[in-house]
Amino acid sequence: MRPLAEHVHWMFATGFLILALCLFAEGVVGTEVWQKRRWRAYLWPGVLFLMGILMWPVMIMFTNSTLHMVAHSVWAQVLLLAGGAELGLVAGRLRSHYWHLCVALAFLVSGGASLIHEQNDWLFSRSAFLHHAIGWLMIGASIFPLLRTFRPRSMAIATGFAATFLVLSVLLYADRDVADIFGHLSPAAGSPQR
Amino acid sequence: MRAEPAAQLEATRARRSAGTKVVVAIGPTTALAGVVWALAQPYRLTFLHPHGESFWWLVVEPPLLVTLVGVLFSAFVAPGLIEDLVEAEES
Repeated sequence: MRPLAEHVHWMFATGFLILALCLFAEGVVGTEVWQKRRWRAYLWPGVLFLMGILMWPVMIMFTNSTLHMVAHSVWAQVLLLAGGAELGLVAGRLRSHYWHLCVALAFLVSGGASLIHEQNDWLFSRSAFLHHAIGWLMIGASIFPLLRTFRPRSMAIATGFAATFLVLSVLLYADRDVADIFGHLSPAAGSPQR
Repeated sequence: MRAEPAAQLEATRARRSAGTKVVVAIGPTTALAGVVWALAQPYRLTFLHPHGESFWWLVVEPPLLVTLVGVLFSAFVAPGLIEDLVEAEES
């Protein structure tokens, strides 16, 4: 009953797609309108927090290397921290807007973990390529939650923030356990799938 | 003297109306992307050829998930959001 790694990536891609749509809509209508209904205010921080919880079963099930377990644990922790901080801000339990920096930290740590736990080169396989691409995407895109902390009303920053989750979602949906990337696939990776 | 605030109000309304159109379009665009993906790569829809596939292959089918997210956004998030946006425009 254990899902393949690609199934897990696709499920998390769906979570990130939900985050992207919610954040994009929030950017378009503005935070005041978005938070007019309480359940909607909790929607994307709640999804982020839930994804942090769901990373723990991933850590438990995918024990193929210590590095993978550490990376999955780190993702779970930073997702919970970022989701929890955003939930605390929405609920009014946290008041300082600097708590938004937890999302920037989550981006940086997630990007770093993605790069460190991928031991193969970019063109080893599609999965290796995507781990490198996701790692650098998250590190580069950490500028958006960082700037969002100080300029929460900027539509350009909000759009960039939402677009990051959209691109992340596309990259994760493109993942296959063994598949080529731009015609390259190492023989050591195994038999290719479509 | 009163023309300037009126022009500003009109510009704000136009911007918000554009916002309403964007919010309306988010769900259908996402769902359409899922449908187009399913047509482009039908082999990623396991339910079309469910021969001995395991549970996860039948549950996690990416084009269907993308379509589902778009439909759910249109059904549950967009209507209330548009209502609140229109209300904010009028007040």
